[in-house]
Amino acid sequence: MTKMKVEEQEKARTKARMSGSLMLIEALKEEKVEVIFGYPGGAVLPLYDELYKAGVFHVLTRHEQGAIHAAEGYARISGKPGVVIATSGPGATNIVTGLTDAMMDSLPLVVFTGQVATSVIGSDAFQEADVVGITMPITKHNYQVRDISELPRIIKEAFHIATTGRPGPVLIDIPKDITTAEGEFDYDQDVHLPGYQPTTQPNHWQIRRLVEAVSQSKRPVILAGAGVLHANASNELRQYAEQQNIPVIHTLLGLGGFPADHPLFLGMAGMHGTYTANMALCECDLLINIGARFDDRVTGNLNYFAPKATVAHIDIDPAEIGKNVPTKIPIVSDAKAALQELIAQQGKPADTAAWLEQLDEWKRRFPLHYEPEAGTIKPQKLIEMIYEMTNGEAIVTTDVGQHQMWAAQYYKFNRPHRWVTSGGLGTMGFGLPAAIGAQLADRSATVVSIVGDGGFQMTFQELSVIQELGLPIKIVIVNNQALGMVRQWQELFYEKRYSHSLIPNQPDFVKLAEAYGIPGLRAKTEAEAAEVLKQAFAMDGPVLLDFHVRADENVYPMVAPGKGLHEMVGVKACEELSR
Amino acid sequence: MTVNNRPGVLNRITGLFTKRHYNIESITVGHTEIEGVSRMTFVVNVDDERTAEQIIKQLNKQIDVLKVNDITDQAIVARELALIKVAAPPAVRQEIYTLIEPFRASIVDVSKDSLVIQVTGEPEKVEALIELLRPYGIKEVARTGTTAFTRGAQKATTNQKTAFII
Ligand SMILES: Cc1ncc(C[n+]2csc(CCOP(=O)(O)OP(=O)(O)O)c2C)c(N)n1
Ligand SMILES: [Mg+2]
Repeated sequence: MTKMKVEEQEKARTKARMSGSLMLIEALKEEKVEVIFGYPGGAVLPLYDELYKAGVFHVLTRHEQGAIHAAEGYARISGKPGVVIATSGPGATNIVTGLTDAMMDSLPLVVFTGQVATSVIGSDAFQEADVVGITMPITKHNYQVRDISELPRIIKEAFHIATTGRPGPVLIDIPKDITTAEGEFDYDQDVHLPGYQPTTQPNHWQIRRLVEAVSQSKRPVILAGAGVLHANASNELRQYAEQQNIPVIHTLLGLGGFPADHPLFLGMAGMHGTYTANMALCECDLLINIGARFDDRVTGNLNYFAPKATVAHIDIDPAEIGKNVPTKIPIVSDAKAALQELIAQQGKPADTAAWLEQLDEWKRRFPLHYEPEAGTIKPQKLIEMIYEMTNGEAIVTTDVGQHQMWAAQYYKFNRPHRWVTSGGLGTMGFGLPAAIGAQLADRSATVVSIVGDGGFQMTFQELSVIQELGLPIKIVIVNNQALGMVRQWQELFYEKRYSHSLIPNQPDFVKLAEAYGIPGLRAKTEAEAAEVLKQAFAMDGPVLLDFHVRADENVYPMVAPGKGLHEMVGVKACEELSR
Repeated sequence: MTVNNRPGVLNRITGLFTKRHYNIESITVGHTEIEGVSRMTFVVNVDDERTAEQIIKQLNKQIDVLKVNDITDQAIVARELALIKVAAPPAVRQEIYTLIEPFRASIVDVSKDSLVIQVTGEPEKVEALIELLRPYGIKEVARTGTTAFTRGAQKATTNQKTAFII
């Protein structure tokens, strides 16, 4: 066949007439979507009928919130957009938390919601909700399809918007009559969005200014966020830091972007950051932010943040630059492009010998610490044991609370794209469903889902999916019989008035797992924990581990809300430590 | 500011102002010379340059926003239209006619004891006329809000407290 003929045939296929539902399936094929997370209902029945016929891989979660968090976990690990389908009304409102979470943490999602038929929109019809109105501030963009002819263009735009620039969730609301209407499926069109042209290449003059600033500085530091991971720029970050002898700090979401065992790594910054990372931010004379957004949990009180530093900020989203911290050197760019340009400049490295010596001294004297205690399980020790058990290679997903902070502190990520956590929104219930998506994105990886006894109960119905698909996820409940992080704040700031944060009557999680057909194991001492972990990681399938940890343990160091990073509490010099 | 004239676009923009805690003084919307493109003009009171910059950046992030211009410090043509219904028994009518003349305002409706006056101009001018008419007893005021764009030729910058974003 001639080239012409092949092209014509291809055109014919992508220009065929078909129903809206089939268009959606065809578009998902064009976008090479491997998995859809969803939940059916009246408004999406025609769509589910086509899914059935097409044999598309669809994961039926047990709650729409589970679907969207799974899609987030998938997106975080694969770098590809997570795809979600929910029905109108309650189906759609159930994904609001996940959309907000994805918006805050810049995760690419394409979400389809059913809607009542065009003819009854606005009449408070059964299961009607103004989903476009509700989700406007929590999506990067959203659409309601008004005519079948728009559908292919809208889907194509949605994938483009979700995955380019600063990634984010895009929602498409589809009235039921559109899913059955027939139209021409033309997916072979260019995306034309004059109002959306993300800048991805750095401005050369600003790069020169940064090179100059580095060469002049004595105490530079890099603060690297998830922007580095979205841009797949870990190698470049490492190359640049090594070339210029600049130490690196991560945000919570950036972990894994720079190897944790690298001598230039100072740990995580912020509310529960390391002493060295936070002090480096206080003392640095040049702060290079790469793909982080100066969240308040990172900066602490802005009046005391990086007081001695010239600030440079590389971000793909211009609105983040100068939003919270005045910035001298703004670089709007994809992190990888900017780092490549910086490396290519081969600027004169900063003379950081004295600075690195100071930082090493802090690292040595003020490491993360906890008091070991035999006969119980220290949660920090538990994370260290999991780290050793998995050779630091596992994908770790977490929920939100104390266990999340311990996981961030004690699981040392040496590789990118292994860490899945809810940062900006801090969504309890995220960890377990996110693990499903993460495992589906990387089937051969060991996935450990570290969750609290509180948050686990917000989405544990997804155990059913784990069992059904036989996903070998190791579920670790850090069971302190409490909403631990709330309890900690009440201990520290509310004179131990534990208002609604202690839950001594938690259910028997082992039996719960067994009810779902998943083996469960329990440990109450360090020795038992070691034994249980060994058993669990020897198993092929999923397993739930209920660790009864020391309940009154707190996360330290800590920067209290409203305080500056230099006002960390719970820091001890190693000579004061008992080990 | 120019935007795609799509369903919900006004909602997107005002929602953004609400979400980010910016106060809109006035807002006008209308078609432009290009089909499918609307122009919105906002007057927003801000404390500092940084806030103005942040508003513009956030607006620019909207997919349906095509172009944002802060014209606060530029030579601009800014106009507002107001309808003012004022109590006007026959005894004071002549006085009111004389009073509004320098404003090039016009009477668009007359009834037994009231007049409706239409005035167009910069917001300060509209404000001044309203103040002058107040002693007569203002019954109703309807103002369109400011619409504006930059002049063909730019001269030295003026200093204004209020940010105009078009
Ligand atoms: C949906 C939601 N509701 C409430 C909170 C507030 N919150 C933050 S941490 C926390 C306690 C979590 O308890 P648990 O899951 O047991 O984790 P732990 O802190 O004990 O490790 C709560 C209630 C939240 N982050 N998310
Ligand atoms: Mg707990």
